[in-house]
Amino acid sequence: MKHKYLKNVATLSYDASKCIGCERCTEVCPHGVFAMNEDTAWIVEKDLCIECGACALNCPTRAIHVNAGVGCASAVIKSWFTGKEPSCGCSDGGCC
Amino acid sequence: MSNTGCCCSPANQNKSIVQSASTTLTLKDILGTVKVRLGIGRMGYTIAPGLYTVGNPNATSPVLVSANYKLTFDTLRKNLSGLDCWLLILDTKGVNVWCAAGKGTFGTGELIDRINTVDLPAIVSHRNLLLPQLGASGVSAHEVALRTDFSITFGPIRSDDIKGFIASGYAATKEMRTVKFTLLNRLILTPIELAAAVKASFVVFGALFLINLFASRLFGVNDLLAYAAAVLIGTVITPVLLPFVPGKAFAFKGWLLGIIGTTCIVWCYGWFSPSYWLLGIGYMLALPAYSAFLAMNFTGTSTYTSPSGVLREMKIAMPLIAVSLLLGIVLLLIKAFTG
Repeated sequence: MKHKYLKNVATLSYDASKCIGCERCTEVCPHGVFAMNEDTAWIVEKDLCIECGACALNCPTRAIHVNAGVGCASAVIKSWFTGKEPSCGCSDGGCC
Repeated sequence: MSNTGCCCSPANQNKSIVQSASTTLTLKDILGTVKVRLGIGRMGYTIAPGLYTVGNPNATSPVLVSANYKLTFDTLRKNLSGLDCWLLILDTKGVNVWCAAGKGTFGTGELIDRINTVDLPAIVSHRNLLLPQLGASGVSAHEVALRTDFSITFGPIRSDDIKGFIASGYAATKEMRTVKFTLLNRLILTPIELAAAVKASFVVFGALFLINLFASRLFGVNDLLAYAAAVLIGTVITPVLLPFVPGKAFAFKGWLLGIIGTTCIVWCYGWFSPSYWLLGIGYMLALPAYSAFLAMNFTGTSTYTSPSGVLREMKIAMPLIAVSLLLGIVLLLIKAFTG
């Protein structure tokens, strides 16, 4: 069964006029949000976006924008107490 | 939390030495994996960053980049049997590739530093790096190309697809590019949720013990079982049944299974009867709310939740959970002290 999360929340935006057809976004997106149409990328299903930021970071012409972060409730709760940006707490072992 | 075997242990300091990585796991490796999955010593489960060999690589062999979380390293090398390649292990502070990429430790800067530290241009004649796809949220391929001459290919998400990916001439199927969250994936990840909830439960048990010293109706085994069921529903049953439970928000899914479970238990114990209604209603308010909260925490483990989505869910769920939990606790306390 396919997982589905809340709709119309993702902050993903894309300016197709800046696309140079390098296909990097289709390579990095773990949910198949982007696909190629001839030489230009297009957004197939925006609601599948998890805002990991891989596409925006790897778009050489900065055609893609997204408020990247971690989709993690306990990270959000922690950020309310610490006042910092939510970040994955899975490594807070104080190592090094 | 143990920090033994930290990535800074002195024996691992010499980065110029290229170590070999076996593609077979020992019993110790497997036991280590089990411990980590149970949440024991998870933070110190690291290997030394640097360059490793798999098989007998030469100057033309591919270079694979990965994280220094030992669980990641073990899974990767197990899936490279029969290949001759280099492994460039970044210092991600013992965190897996995806989480480390999100934090930026599996990042552009660390990759460039590591390439220079091990002097990769002197070791291989080609200028290609194979990175795990999930590392892309931390590494900017064009930035690395600009600063090091190395071009990056993002390989498949799962390391068991690497051999197929290399054999096909670096062509990834859509399957290889899509992150999944199978029943088995979810099942493997639930013990750590349960272990964390059990740890937190000792606070609850302590409070109940103190209340029992003064209460006229004591909290007993039945209360413990009702509580344990709520914890199990939130940390194990909801995550495992995730796509089959109606609704989209994790908190709602947890609450739904919680209210079903609690209703069964309260009914079984006869807590709906007139003399116990405070207890019955109290648990109906408190326990499903707690299951909802625990289930909501699984958003961090899941592979398909966006931060904007989680925030939207929390803004609605958190006040409801808090009110329901508080009202429930008040009713339970009234019952405890009035008998």
